Amino acid sequence: MRYQNATAYRFLAPYLLIFSIFWLWPIISSFLISFQATRTVPWRFAPTFNWGRLIGDPAFFNALKNTLLILVIQVPVMITLAIVMAVLLNSPLLKARGLFRFAFFAPVVVGEVAYSAVFRLMFNLDYGIINKLLNSIGLPRIDWFSNVTPAMAVIMIAVTWRWAGYNAIILLAGLQSIPQDVYEAATLDRVSKLKQFFYITLPLLKPIIVFCAVLSIIGTMQLFTEPFLITERGGPGGGTETLGLLLYRQGFRSLNFGYASAIAYTMAGLAIAISLVQLWLTREPK
Amino acid sequence: MSSRSASSRSSSSRSSSSQSSSRLGRSIALHLFLTPLALIWLFPLWMMVIFSTMPDRGIFSPSIELLPHGSFLDNVSNLQRDTNFIGAIGISVSVAVTYTFLSVLLTSMAGWALARYQFFGKGAVVAIIFGTITLPYAVVLIPQFIMVARDFKLANTWVALIVPPLFNSLGVLFMRQSFSMMPGDLFDAARVEGVKEWRIFLFVALPLARPMLAALAIILFLASWNNYLWPLLINSKPGAMTAPVALGTLIGLTKVSWGGIMAGAVMLTVPMLVVFVLLQRHFVAGIAAGAIK
Repeated sequence: MRYQNATAYRFLAPYLLIFSIFWLWPIISSFLISFQATRTVPWRFAPTFNWGRLIGDPAFFNALKNTLLILVIQVPVMITLAIVMAVLLNSPLLKARGLFRFAFFAPVVVGEVAYSAVFRLMFNLDYGIINKLLNSIGLPRIDWFSNVTPAMAVIMIAVTWRWAGYNAIILLAGLQSIPQDVYEAATLDRVSKLKQFFYITLPLLKPIIVFCAVLSIIGTMQLFTEPFLITERGGPGGGTETLGLLLYRQGFRSLNFGYASAIAYTMAGLAIAISLVQLWLTREPK
Repeated sequence: MSSRSASSRSSSSRSSSSQSSSRLGRSIALHLFLTPLALIWLFPLWMMVIFSTMPDRGIFSPSIELLPHGSFLDNVSNLQRDTNFIGAIGISVSVAVTYTFLSVLLTSMAGWALARYQFFGKGAVVAIIFGTITLPYAVVLIPQFIMVARDFKLANTWVALIVPPLFNSLGVLFMRQSFSMMPGDLFDAARVEGVKEWRIFLFVALPLARPMLAALAIILFLASWNNYLWPLLINSKPGAMTAPVALGTLIGLTKVSWGGIMAGAVMLTVPMLVVFVLLQRHFVAGIAAGAIK
């Protein structure tokens, strides 16, 4: 094929222009800003100002701890649930498929603000429907938002509700790309459905499961709206504050851009590490 | 009831139909598991609708209410009293429509170039696009804000809401995939006729890609409609807020109508649910395209 540099770049120009202004430059810029003291005008170069503060800041370690805690619990639960949903929605035995698909996929279109408001109201101490239902079956009501553990649980439940169906859509498309004759052969050989799942479905689905896991980890790592709106700015007492929320507070409440950039690059470092793990997990066997 | 008797009947004649009886047993187990899960999954949406039809004193009362009431319109006017939500919806719709149009155009142009031309630096462009998928948005957020608000002085304008999110990596990969699956002979035939490249793109390739463009447009519209963090930062002035931002300002206030907030949540959500039901196939294709090659 011959080279068509001029034509190709004419088609790419607007996209690359947007990329350069709003992504490429900011990626470089926030790295540089993280080495500057930005509380005083003019900003000055002070390489240890923000990074030094970061490694000694209890608020940072609190946010990091909360973010990682949500990650290690919420993402595996959600991915497992999404696999279960996808496999069951793919079953030829299922009736009223459209209704089930609607139930699980509908949260995908619900905005963060709308669902945060609903979850906040549902888990209200005195008048929330969850506590009323707990009461009606004889269980004590739970003060969801005044204690750290139940507040974290609400965040994880909310995120799982919102994103499980999204992952199930991707996994379902992956399931449907597995050729049927593999299963037909296994069934003829009297391999049980459960064994088929563990020895055919899961291995073939692995790259897509890893893809979903990585996207979910990176999404959850930047969690902002849920602790901002559902648990009221990371409450109780910073108990649900995430890295995303800390970055917002430092960058846009205190207008401390240098420190916020250092937090952002910490998140990027974590994301790069996770992507490398993904590449390693899905590497081609030699 | 009927399914249970059917199951006992078929298991009694095991010799002839053990296969179908085990199928039936599995089918029942499947539905017994999936139905409660589906109801739990629908519950928050159902409650959103119920809350939006209840007066505030009904929401904050000790009784359990699971059926709709008649106060939706009162709640809408309560919401409108708390914040100019109708105006914010107007901004959200205009921004989402403009954004979708521009973004579909930009991403399909870029996808076309990557799918159909050989050029210097192609590998680098593809690497950049893949690289940004896993890069946290937080890394660009602060400089974007400084640039748009302070350098360009564009805070609280439509441009600020529309232009920075135009960079979209999954959309380009999706369109690249769509264009590279098309038969090349078609475009070569047009070239032999002397048709210019941009006309081939516009009048041959784009019409062929219509289903993919629809899928992409739905996903992009939804992303813009629901976008929260960037509009919250850049358009925080009352008359310039998008609908999710306007609604978000009410959550956590003490003297605010929760029925109104729920009516706002319904106005943001239900139109998208209708679109989802009508265009489910495109929706699912657009989301699944992220992972499936």
